[in-house]
Amino acid sequence: MHPMVTTSPQSRKSVSTLPNFTDLYAVDELLGDDERLIRDTVRAFVRKRALPVIDEHFEAGTFPHELVDGIAQLGLLGMHLDGYGCAGASALAYGVACEELEAGDSGLRSFVSVQGSLAMFPIWAYGSEEQKQRYLPEMAAGRMIGCFGLTESDAGSDPASMQTRAHLDGDDWIISGSKMWITNGSIADVAVVWARTESGIRGFLIDKGTPGFTASDVHRKLSLRASVTSELHLDSVRVSAGQMLPEAQGLRAPLSCLNEARYGISWGALGAARACFESAVEYSKTRLVFGKPLAGYQLTQLKLAEMATRLVQGRLVTWRLSQLKDAGQAHPVQVSLAKRANVRLALDIAREARTILGANGITLEYPVIRHMTNLESVLTYEGTEEVHTLILGKAITGEDAFG
Amino acid sequence: MKIVVCVKQVPDPNTPGQLDPSTHRLRRDGEVVLDPGDEFGIEAGLQLAEAHGGDVTVVSMAPERGVDAIRKALAMGAASGVLISDPLLEGSDALSTARVLAAAISREGFDIVITATESTDGYSGVVPQMLAGLLGVPAVTFAKSLKYDGTTLRVLRQTETGHDRVETSLPVVVTVTSGINEPRYPSLRGIMGAKSKPFQTLTTSDLGLTDVGGAHAGETMVAVVAAEERQAGEIIEDDGTAAKRIVDFLAEKKVI
Repeated sequence: MHPMVTTSPQSRKSVSTLPNFTDLYAVDELLGDDERLIRDTVRAFVRKRALPVIDEHFEAGTFPHELVDGIAQLGLLGMHLDGYGCAGASALAYGVACEELEAGDSGLRSFVSVQGSLAMFPIWAYGSEEQKQRYLPEMAAGRMIGCFGLTESDAGSDPASMQTRAHLDGDDWIISGSKMWITNGSIADVAVVWARTESGIRGFLIDKGTPGFTASDVHRKLSLRASVTSELHLDSVRVSAGQMLPEAQGLRAPLSCLNEARYGISWGALGAARACFESAVEYSKTRLVFGKPLAGYQLTQLKLAEMATRLVQGRLVTWRLSQLKDAGQAHPVQVSLAKRANVRLALDIAREARTILGANGITLEYPVIRHMTNLESVLTYEGTEEVHTLILGKAITGEDAFG
Repeated sequence: MKIVVCVKQVPDPNTPGQLDPSTHRLRRDGEVVLDPGDEFGIEAGLQLAEAHGGDVTVVSMAPERGVDAIRKALAMGAASGVLISDPLLEGSDALSTARVLAAAISREGFDIVITATESTDGYSGVVPQMLAGLLGVPAVTFAKSLKYDGTTLRVLRQTETGHDRVETSLPVVVTVTSGINEPRYPSLRGIMGAKSKPFQTLTTSDLGLTDVGGAHAGETMVAVVAAEERQAGEIIEDDGTAAKRIVDFLAEKKVI
């Protein structure tokens, strides 16, 4: 099954059948049986349940609530975590699921990323036993939705400059401030909010309905329209000491959550890219221009060849990264490289695919423009392209160019 | 309750099938999947087991890669799997297939055997009835609903004009139609647990069968002929009489 591992002269003869054009280096063959079945299952779910409704949600600017139960029953929420109702799947399996979800819509993958990597992960990694028992099984089952409040309107790439503060009042914490660009914000039953305290940045679990805690949605978005984006307002919100994540100390904790989510994004972006590429190939074969298929023109073929090449490159990056991650050896810099490279290639593929579809490419009749505008958000969330560039630059040169 | 569901791996129905010109058989070297029609049988079996206790065993006769179809059924919730895989079985006809399945199912024991009405590749649609005959139990076909009260299985049997109500005791072979239920997706946990479920691979000699497989096929595919192309439809240009002509046409066909 692994043609690369043998080196006998026999194996050097060329083969006559080429893998699927969206996976020209047959990276699929590197998946295990479980991952392949997970991929097929999520793909079938997306095709049957999500694709028929996603355009309408995107156009209306609404979140597909009706899909949450199904996603939870598949076991995708917090799937890479162990225990507390979570499946304990490999990083590779999580990546594969992210790719398939985002081949549907970046909003779906965002929902799962935020729930699993940004809301459940900090509870799982930094929470008390009581917090884990209370929140994780409910969240894995999709009965409780979570969000992650780190970014503020004036503190995005520089989260250390956050203004949200928490102080002790007896045994309780009083939290004040606001958080911006929060996926799942207004639909969340629990918000993981990061705030500055006398002992550094700490994380708090704030339940929906806690007095002083409200969320309002960001409207007039032209990207991630099938996803909820909110502002969280915290006006002297009082929570008990038991709502603080005991093991999360300093900015390292929320950054570790982002590292988890960025890993999933590096896979997810390939799903969006693949959907655009498939759409462009299909369209180019059927669309006649000057009496012959668009696919028969060298200009089109150059575009498609470039897309196929970059998809292969992206796949090899994520596959290797997942291998490192499953071995517990993935460095955050490697995750930054994958997030940066794959979101960029996905956005480039989406834009190029749009040109192949011509005017049709701007309508929701085809998935391309939806993916393209979604990817504009993916490019800058969970670390902008620029921030990941600086992370790589620092790792390569030793020079910190952030300040 | 001991429920056996027969499953088959077929070339992906979403990709165009190809016939091998020399053998007239379907080429199976491309992407293969669990027959979508079998998912309804697995779901029906799981629902019966969940409601009345017992478990589901999936049985498949296939080349070794057929294990993937069984694994998917296990991931959906079946308890154990049996794959009958033997090079001798290549080119089996419907009767050979039914004999092999019957032998394996007899070994397992059963109260209900569930199959699809036909496979999504061969479409012969006769294996289930042969299987029932060989097992010496009734065959109730085209079930669009199944209800069991502990002694009697009540089946709504799809017909061209409506449905029959059929009652039977167990054991029985039932074929279920697509649409009898909404097959569940395998859950992640199910997928990850599938490999640790009991699974056995049997050969023809394990089943004590010698005169089965392509060499003993009683039926031969003599020729494969392309279907005649349909006549182009009649196009009615509207010169003011189109509506009437369409109504007349529909009336003539007794549609209205």
